[in-house]
Amino acid sequence: MDIILKRYKTERKELIHILHEVQKEYGYIPVESVSAISKYLRISESEIFGILTFYKAFTLEPRGKHHITICMGTACHIRGAPKILEEVQRQLGIDAGETTPDRMFSLETVNCLGCCAIGPVAVIDGNYYSNITTKKINSIIKEYKKIE
Amino acid sequence: MKKINSPDKLIEWRRRIISETPSYEKTIVISSGTCGQASGSLQIIEAFTQELEKRGLETKVRIKITGCHGFCEMEPNVIIYPDEIYYIKLKPKDIPEIIEKTILEDKIIPSLLYQFSEASPKVSKLREIPFYKKQMRLLTGNNIEINPTSIEDYVALDGYQALSKVLFNMTSEEVIAEIKNSGLRGRGGAGFPTGRKWEICHKVDSDVKYIICNADEGDPGAYMDRSLLEGNPHSVIEGMIIGAYAIGASEGFIYVRMEYPLAVKHVMTALEQAKKFGFLGESILGSEFRFDIHLVQGAGAFVSGEETSLMASIEGRRAFPSQRPPFPAQKGLWGKPTNINNVETWANVPLIVNNSADWYSQIGAETSKGTKIFSLVGKINNTGLVEVPMGITLKEIIFDIGGGIKNDKKFKAVQTGGPSGGCIPKKMLSLQVDYESLTQAGSIMGSGGMIVMDEDTCMVDVARYFLNFTQEESCGKCVPCRVGTRQMVNILTRITQGKGEEDDLKKLEELAMTVESTSLCGLGQTAPNPVITTIRYFRDEYEAHIKRKSCPALSCKDLIIYYIEPDKCIGCMLCKKNCPVGAISGIRKEVHIIEQSACVKCGVCMDVCPSKVKAVSKYTGRKKDKILKNDSGNRMKK
Repeated sequence: MDIILKRYKTERKELIHILHEVQKEYGYIPVESVSAISKYLRISESEIFGILTFYKAFTLEPRGKHHITICMGTACHIRGAPKILEEVQRQLGIDAGETTPDRMFSLETVNCLGCCAIGPVAVIDGNYYSNITTKKINSIIKEYKKIE
Repeated sequence: MKKINSPDKLIEWRRRIISETPSYEKTIVISSGTCGQASGSLQIIEAFTQELEKRGLETKVRIKITGCHGFCEMEPNVIIYPDEIYYIKLKPKDIPEIIEKTILEDKIIPSLLYQFSEASPKVSKLREIPFYKKQMRLLTGNNIEINPTSIEDYVALDGYQALSKVLFNMTSEEVIAEIKNSGLRGRGGAGFPTGRKWEICHKVDSDVKYIICNADEGDPGAYMDRSLLEGNPHSVIEGMIIGAYAIGASEGFIYVRMEYPLAVKHVMTALEQAKKFGFLGESILGSEFRFDIHLVQGAGAFVSGEETSLMASIEGRRAFPSQRPPFPAQKGLWGKPTNINNVETWANVPLIVNNSADWYSQIGAETSKGTKIFSLVGKINNTGLVEVPMGITLKEIIFDIGGGIKNDKKFKAVQTGGPSGGCIPKKMLSLQVDYESLTQAGSIMGSGGMIVMDEDTCMVDVARYFLNFTQEESCGKCVPCRVGTRQMVNILTRITQGKGEEDDLKKLEELAMTVESTSLCGLGQTAPNPVITTIRYFRDEYEAHIKRKSCPALSCKDLIIYYIEPDKCIGCMLCKKNCPVGAISGIRKEVHIIEQSACVKCGVCMDVCPSKVKAVSKYTGRKKDKILKNDSGNRMKK
C-alpha cells in the first residue's frame, strides 16, 4: 500500500486516482487500504467509504477469477441484452454484482461500452465478445468452466 | 528529438516527416479501435505481420494501424492502398489469400468485398459505399490516415498548424471572435454557442483559470467521443490548447470515462508526445504561452457527465452536481473560472482555425453550423458512426446512409439524445437534424446517439429502460430526481408487467412535469423526456398494455408466450436440447410442446429453431389467452 501511496501527492484530488490503482492492484478495495489512504490524504475513513461506494468502479468485495461484464446500453438492450443477462445469471446462479461461491466468476453490468454497432456485447477478462446470443454466451461460459 | 520551438521548425518538421517516410508499394490500413479489436482486428494485424515477414515483403508493404473508420459493423476490415480496396469481416485465414492475390497480383477477391444485399453489386472502393457517400467526414475522415499513437502522422496532415497560427498571428480576442463567427455550438448536448462560452470565461478576471474536456460520454448508444479520442487524440488536444490560449487558462483536464480503456491509453500517449515536442508545457512552440493537460479517469458514474458533477469528481469528491449560478465560467474547478467543452466540440476548433470561420459557417443549417457525428445503431442495416452536415433529414441518415431497417422490418422510431432525449416517430422522418428542430420534436440533439427501433421494439419498454437508467444513475442529492424517477420506473414496470391501471398515464405525465421543472441538474430535468415523447407519439401502445394487457411489439416478457406451431415443427429436437429449464417436451420427428408454466421466456427456442423451419412464434393478448386456455385444457384431459 505504501508503495502505491508514495506515488501520489497528499492532495484530495489524488483520491480517485489512488482508489483506481488499489482496485487494479488487488481486484477490490481492501478495508485496510481505506485507513491507510485516510491517514495519507487526511480525509476521514467515512468520507472515503462514501466516495468509493458512490462510484461503480470500486468494489469492497474481491471479484471472481473470471470477471464477466454485460453491456446494457440502449443499442444492446433493444438487440436482446436483457435476455443475455438473464441467461448468464441462470447459468452462474448469481445476480449481477455478485460472485459465485467458488470465486470463479463474478458478474456485472455496464451502461454502455460504446461498441453499439456490434451488440449485444459481453466482456470476459478484458476479451470482447460481439453479437452474442443466448446460445453463444452459454457456450462461451461452458468453455471457461471447462478450462477450470 | 528536440522541442519544436518556432512555427518554422514545425513546418520543417512536417516536411521532414513526409520526405523521410519510406515509399512503399502498398499500404494495408487496418482499423483497430475498440469495435475492431472486439471483432478480432488484433488477430488480423498479427496474421498480416507474420505473412509479410514470411514472404519478405516488409520493405514493400506497410501495415498501418488506425482507429475506427466508422463502419463498425464491417469489422475487422482493411483498406489496401493505392487502389483503395476495401475488404470486410476478415478472418485470419483470409490473409494469405489477400497477400497472394491482391498484394502480389493486384487482383480483387470478390468474396471479401462489401455488398449491401445479395441482389446488390459488390463494391471494391471504400468511398463508393452508400454508407460513406452522403457523409461529410471533416472530423472523422483523418481516422483512416492516422495511426493514433504517432504524433508524426498527425503533424504530416497539418497537425498543430492551427495552434501555430493562433499563437503567433492572433490575439485571444481574435480567436474568440473567429469561433463565435463560425457558429460552432457545444456538441455535448445543450448546444450553447462555444465562442460565447469562451468569451464569458475569458472576461472573468482571475489569476488561475482551467479548461476541461468532457469525455465522460455516458449516454448509452453514443460513442463518437470514444472514436475521436481513440482515433485522433491530437486533434482534441490541439483544440484544447487553442481554447486555453483564447481563455487564458494554464491548466486543463481531460476527463475520460473508465469504460474506454483504449481511449485512455491513446490520450495518455498523445499527451506525453505533445509534452515531449513542446506543444504542451512551458513556452509552447517557443511562444510565451504555457499550458498543461492532465488526464483524469472517471469511475463509473453517469452523472459525472454533468459539468458541475464532473468538476466535483476531478476534485476528488462524489460526483454531485451543484446549483447554477454561479456558472463554471465564474466559479468552477476549485472555485476558479473554468470552461468545459465536449470532445467533439474541441475537435472542431483546429478545423475552424485552419479553414476560417467563413468556410465553417457555410456548412450546416441556419442555426446549427458544421457537421455532427451520430452513432447510428440499433435495428439498422449499416450500423456505425456517421458524420453529416447539420440540416440533413432523419430520413437521409436512416435510409440513405443507414440502408434502412434490418431484416426488412418496419421502422418505428428513432431515439436521439440518450436518456435525456426522446423518441421520434415515423411520421416525422423528414425532420431536419439541427438543435432547434429536435428540441421542438420533444427530443434533443444530445451527444449524438441515434438508436433506430423497429416494429419489434416496445416503446413502453424503451421508456422503462431509460427511466430505470436515470433512476439508477441519479446521484440522490435532490428529491424530485431521486424519488420522482423511482416512482416513474415503478409505474412503467407495472405497465410492462400487465398490471397497469387506468390513471397511470395521467400519473406519469404529472410526475414528468414535476421532475422536469424541479430537479437540480440536467440529469433530472431531462430524465422524463423518453416518457413524455413515447406517450405523445405512442399512446396506443401504452393503452394496449394497460387496457388489453398486450404488448403489440411482442417484447414485454410478462405479456407474451412462446409457442411452437404444430404444423411447422419438424421435431428436430434442437429447442428441447437448448432449453435451459427443460420446459420443452417431444421426441424426434414429432411436434414439440412448450410447457407454458415452466417457460422462462428466454427465447432460446426461437433462436435455435432452424431458419427454414421457423416454428416458434410469440403471441400476446387474446391469441395468447386462447393458447394458454387450450394448453391447460389439454393438460386437464391428460
